[in-house]
This record gives sequence, structure tokens and C-alpha cells, in this order.
Amino acid sequence: MIQVESLTKYYGPTRALDQVSFEVAPGEIVGFLGPNGAGKTTTMRILTGFLAPSQGTVRVAGYDVFRDSLEARRRIGYMPETVALYNEMSVHSYLMFMASIRGVTRPAQAVARVMEACGIEEVRDTLIGKLSKGYRQRVALAQALVHDPEVVVLDEPTIGLDPRQILSVRELIRSLGGAHTIILSTHILPEVSQVCQRVLIINRGRIVAEDTPERLTTALQGGARVRMQFAQPPKDVVTRLEGVEGVSAVEALDAHTFDVVYDASMDRRAELAALAVNEGWGLLELRPVAMSLEEIFLQLTTEDTAQANTAETSGTEQLSEGTL
Amino acid sequence: MRNVYYIAKRELGSYFASPIAYVVSAVYLAVIGGLFGFILYYSREATLRYLFGHVIVILFLVLVTQALTMRLLAEEQRSGTLELLLTSPVRDWEVVLGKYLASLCVFLAMMLLTAYMPITLSRVGKPDVGPLLSGYLGYVLLGAALLAIGLFASSLTQNQIVAAVVGIGITLLMWLVSGLADMVGGVLKDIVEYLPLFAHYNDMMRGVIDTKDILYYVSVVLLFLFLSVRVLESRRWK
Repeated sequence: MIQVESLTKYYGPTRALDQVSFEVAPGEIVGFLGPNGAGKTTTMRILTGFLAPSQGTVRVAGYDVFRDSLEARRRIGYMPETVALYNEMSVHSYLMFMASIRGVTRPAQAVARVMEACGIEEVRDTLIGKLSKGYRQRVALAQALVHDPEVVVLDEPTIGLDPRQILSVRELIRSLGGAHTIILSTHILPEVSQVCQRVLIINRGRIVAEDTPERLTTALQGGARVRMQFAQPPKDVVTRLEGVEGVSAVEALDAHTFDVVYDASMDRRAELAALAVNEGWGLLELRPVAMSLEEIFLQLTTEDTAQANTAETSGTEQLSEGTL
Repeated sequence: MRNVYYIAKRELGSYFASPIAYVVSAVYLAVIGGLFGFILYYSREATLRYLFGHVIVILFLVLVTQALTMRLLAEEQRSGTLELLLTSPVRDWEVVLGKYLASLCVFLAMMLLTAYMPITLSRVGKPDVGPLLSGYLGYVLLGAALLAIGLFASSLTQNQIVAAVVGIGITLLMWLVSGLADMVGGVLKDIVEYLPLFAHYNDMMRGVIDTKDILYYVSVVLLFLFLSVRVLESRRWK
């Protein structure tokens, strides 16, 4: 549904995107994750036809967003990062306007449908300028959906909402998957694991990782991990635990708590529990720990930054030679 | 073409949702009405020639048109609503034309409200209808050209004040060009005499309607609308 091929974007001499390529299958919900300034918004602006790429192509539903821009734009619903709406209009008239310019044949029905889906019926005739942040956000989401687009691009859709609103917006986004292809950017990590089927991690204009949230987690922590706590562990507990077949590492968190890492292909929890019980260590806790997306994210983005720094230093040298 | 209508309609709504249209019209009508009264009292002539030729009336038209247009594209760029407009399946020229037509409608409504002036004249005297109508036509055409210049200025910046100042600047510079006519000769002189915004207006005040003059204002409108479209397009390349 979305094909991005070696997308590069320069703002003047600054390179905001560097050879970004990815694909999104129809009905998929993909999360776009990255620190501020990583290129998330730039990618989305190119995807929606607001900015032209410096190099590379983007196809949405088979249409090149640059050459067949109007056809591509007809199939995209976009919620920009800055929720900019016409403050002097009422919610209803604003949505009617957005539906009309998107060529919706029955705007009244379409507007009624999205107002219900986004829960903004009670502010139908309120001026947008008088709405709370949460309502504005939902009006922005409603306009992105009013023409029932094949592709929905959401730039930080839950920013500035209270926890209950966040849950309802996430629920809404999840319910859109399948019928719509969705790309959403965020820097809230749990959001990605809750809503998205696939994650693209972008840093400094490059895609540094791409996988399902679960697989990213296991791939990076090198196996499955359980946390064990004992009431009275012996002095040699670490070596004893390491002695269990398949265990690759044991980390002591404090005198009583230990993280045990083992090959994810065979579950060692039963053996570990049996060992602790048989030896009378007083097993208090045994639970799997998944490396959080936060940790993955930090790990990936810092590694990449270190590499990029070295690359950049040599780049600057070349540049100064060139100018001389 | 339907999009032009939707955009113009929305823009008109926002003119009347804010105080801009009311304040601009009220102040304009008060100033023009006052001048109309004075000129009629002192000249005792049933004509609008002195009024439409008056430097205050022309300068005030410049200010009023820039006040009407300075918001059009600048505000959308500042607030970010332009992003949603330009990512909708709408052509850039449809955005520009829709906004221009909205400002033109407000201006024409204002002109309609000055209709009491010719009506008063026909009550108190016997005005020459020809020059009256051609004078109005010239004034409206001049206003239409000024609106296009204002829209162009508004496309250049996200600051409304900057847009207004640039618009007024372009207008006054096009006025000053007429001063060059005496300094140059030949083809250049013809060009210089053709360029100024206000030169084509004087004949119409006297009751002469020349297609050349009408064509001049229409081409100024088209030129500045075209330039606005190009400026919008260039935003994608930033």
C-alpha cells in the first residue's frame, strides 16, 4: 500500500532523511518511532505530498505522491503534528468543509459517521477555538478519516491527551487497522507495542531497526530473561544458576534478586524453579522480564549516534578540504 | 472548480466570523461617506469624479484592500492549517483563486453599500450616468488589482503585518514608476506609462472606457494570482 524507496531530503545543506526505504502492507498498522528531530515529521510530510523529496520515490496505493499527487492525496488522511484547525469555524462546518474538498459525495453522512467514531458529537456546533486540547485532537483525527481514506498518516496522535482519552484514541486507531493502512509516529514507546503490528525505528534520518515489537525485544536482549528472588540464597547462587543447562548469563541485581538469561528456544523456568525449591533457597518470585521498548530504543539510537558521529567527523574533514 | 467554490465559501465565512470585514467596511464607508458629503457641499456638482480621483480615496483603497488580503495566506502559514489544505486533493491554483474570490466578494459588497452616493446625486441633481458608471468600473477594477497584489504579498510571509507592508510597498512603487516617464524615451517610455496602477484609472473617471485599460487591470490580477500560485508551489521544495 505504501512503498518508500531510498527517500532523501535536504533542508538546504542539512540532510534530514538519508536513503529511507520501507514498505507497508494493506491493512497494517506501522509505528514510526524516533527521537525528536529524527525525521519522522519530514517523512510524513513527504508521504502526504506537503513536501517534495530531494531524491527517491514514494508510492501510495500505486500512485507516486509527487507525480500523481492529486490521486495519491485523495487516498490519504493526514493528521499533522501541530493540530492546526480553523478556530473560527464550528466542528460540524469544519468537517463539512474538509469532506467537500476531499471530494466526499455524501458529506453529511460522512461527517456524522466520523463524529460518532471520534466521540465529538456533543461539540458539533462549538467553535473549534473554544475546544479543549483533547477535543481538538479528536477533531483533527476526524478530519483525517472523513473521506474514508485507504491510508491514514497520524503524526503523534495522542500527544497532549489525558490517559483516558489516550486509551480511547488508541482503541480507535486499532479498530481502523485492517480496513485502513496506518502509519503513526510517536515517541511514546508503550503506544507502539499496544497499537502497532510493526515498528520502524528512525534516528538521524535513517531507519535503524524494523520488526514486530516482540521480535525486536528478544533479538536485542539475546534470549529470554527471568527475574528470580530468593529469601535465603547461598553464596554461590550465581554459579549454581549458571550451572543449569541452557542458561547463558546471570546478573545479580541485589543480594536477593537475580536476572537469568537463557536461550529463548527452550524454556528453563521449570528447571530453575525446581533447583531453588529443592535447595531450599526460599523462592519468592520468578517472572519473565521483557526488555522494554524504551531500552531497545535507547540502545539502538545511542549506538547509531556513536557511529554517525565518527562518520560525520570524516565528512566534515572532506568538506573543509573541498571549500579550500 | 468545485473546490474553488468550497474554499471561497469557507473564506467568506471566516471574514464575517471575525471583526475584520465589519471593521474594514464600517471605517471605509465612514471615511468615503464623509468625503462624499464635503465634496458635494463645496463643488455643488452631481459627479463622483472628484471623489474617486481624490488622493485620500485612492490611498485609502490601498489600505483597505491590503487589510482584507493580508490574512489570506499568511495566517494559514502561521497557524499551520495550510498543511492540511495543501495535502488535500486540491490544486494550488484552486486555493489561490478561492481566496481571491472571497476577498473580491467582500470588496464588492462594500462597493454595493456605497450605492447611496449615486442615488443621492440623482435626487439632488442630474448626474451624467455614463461617467458615473465608468468611474465605478474603474474604481472596482483598481480595487480588484490591489486585492491580487495583497494576496501575493500574503503568500510570501506568515506575518500579516509584513504582508500588508509588502503589499502597500508594491502598490506605491508601481505608482512611483510613472515619475520615470519624463526621464526616459522611446519604447521604454511607453512601457513606463503603461505600468502604473493608477494611470489607467483617470480616463475611466472621465467616462472613457478603453478595452486597453480593462485589459491592463485584468492582466495585473492574473499576473499576481499566478505569482501567488508559484510561491505556494515553491513551499514544497523548501
